[in-house]
Amino acid sequence: MTQVIPCTFGFNIIQSLLEIHGFKVVAGNFPSFMVGALITLELTALAVAFGMVLGLVFGLLKMANQFKPTYWLATLYIDFFRGTPLFVQILLLYFGVLPIFGEIGAFTSAVIACSLNSGAYIAEIVRAGIQAIDKGQMEAGRSLGMNYRQTMWYIILPQAYKVVIPPLINEFIAMLKDTSLVSIISVSELTLRGKLIYASSYEPAWVWGTVAIIYFIMTKLLAIFGDYMERRLATE
Amino acid sequence: MIQIKNVYKSFGNLEVLKGINCYIAPREVVCVIGPSGSGKSTLLRCINQLETVQSGDILIDGQDITHPSIDINLIRQQVGMVFQLFNLFPHKTTLENITLAPSKILKISADEAHERAMTLLRKVGLVDKANVYPNQLSGGQKQRVAIARALAMQPKVMLFDEPTSALDPEMVGEVLEVMKDLAHEGMTMVVVTHEMGFAREVGHRVLFMDEGVIVEEGTPAQIFDNPTNPRTQSFLSKVL
Repeated sequence: MTQVIPCTFGFNIIQSLLEIHGFKVVAGNFPSFMVGALITLELTALAVAFGMVLGLVFGLLKMANQFKPTYWLATLYIDFFRGTPLFVQILLLYFGVLPIFGEIGAFTSAVIACSLNSGAYIAEIVRAGIQAIDKGQMEAGRSLGMNYRQTMWYIILPQAYKVVIPPLINEFIAMLKDTSLVSIISVSELTLRGKLIYASSYEPAWVWGTVAIIYFIMTKLLAIFGDYMERRLATE
Repeated sequence: MIQIKNVYKSFGNLEVLKGINCYIAPREVVCVIGPSGSGKSTLLRCINQLETVQSGDILIDGQDITHPSIDINLIRQQVGMVFQLFNLFPHKTTLENITLAPSKILKISADEAHERAMTLLRKVGLVDKANVYPNQLSGGQKQRVAIARALAMQPKVMLFDEPTSALDPEMVGEVLEVMKDLAHEGMTMVVVTHEMGFAREVGHRVLFMDEGVIVEEGTPAQIFDNPTNPRTQSFLSKVL
């Protein structure tokens, strides 16, 4: 009898866990949580990718001459999207602005809202990164006869990207967490799925605990990736 | 070659250049000396429009470069500049530092740019450093690369902004040597410098500037041996 105990021990744990209602709920809905996490990741990746394009464009525009209309456009854009809550931006775009342009789905709408928001923050990251580069670099490029754009492209930006990687990873992590807000417009990402599973099971600690852990794992992985990038750039 | 007519320049309320007039002939080496804050570097930076002037004209080969219709990038391609702090591109190798501008602006082929860069590296004695990054070079080597980089555009004039001021004393010589060779080849040069030995030996003409004006100018012998202006005398007595 005594030799059998180690064998049945592990089995007993699962057996006894399955008797807990909350665990059953989490285990049974595991595929749904995973799909939610994937949608969260997809949304974040798209938002940050578009955000980087917007950020680069508006960051550069904001650095240009203060008397140009493009400067004011960039300032207005950045001020608005940094100065109002993302939650409100999501609602405003989905219910207020995008319907003007026709029927646009919740996911697309969420991507647009998050991209615009992310772009505003990344614009400031880009601007800070460029300003961190010694101004002698711009002068050297210009003195050789390259125009502003060529100097920016071949000399300043390749140096600035190293400076912006850490704050960019930071923005990535922040955006990943903030995508939870799009659950309000019924994008079935991780948080909305948590909400639905919770509503049908009434196991708040188990369901929200699981959601929190999944978010944490995703942000932690991003942070590790960020550290790796930083180390790689440091040795370059 | 370069004609500077009644140039005024101020930074805010501070007037740095107060009516500069001078002419630099082709193949001439002009050294600009004077105390710090006298406007020497600003004058040099005005010649390639890194600073814009408040009033006055700067003519290069008869073209007024302060005129708004002028394409300043075209002008700068003909006016090389060497900076006190080198300003090499840290993310590019020595070779890439030199080939970048010719291949992107003049659109010469990669082979030709490479050929041109290697010739220049031979000239400044740094062929063996072609594939290293600037952070692996000494100050003197960096400045020699910077000179080669400027020369790669085949400019008509070279401007030197205190090219040896940031160097350790033992590296000053190698940079001055390169500049001397350049002068002997007939390059038109404007050199802002504290190296009085170089000004005396290589310069055809010396300008002494103080408080935004050219106080005195003449041949090195005149300026260094028989300065007439009391301010020149006082400055030289401190530095020589």
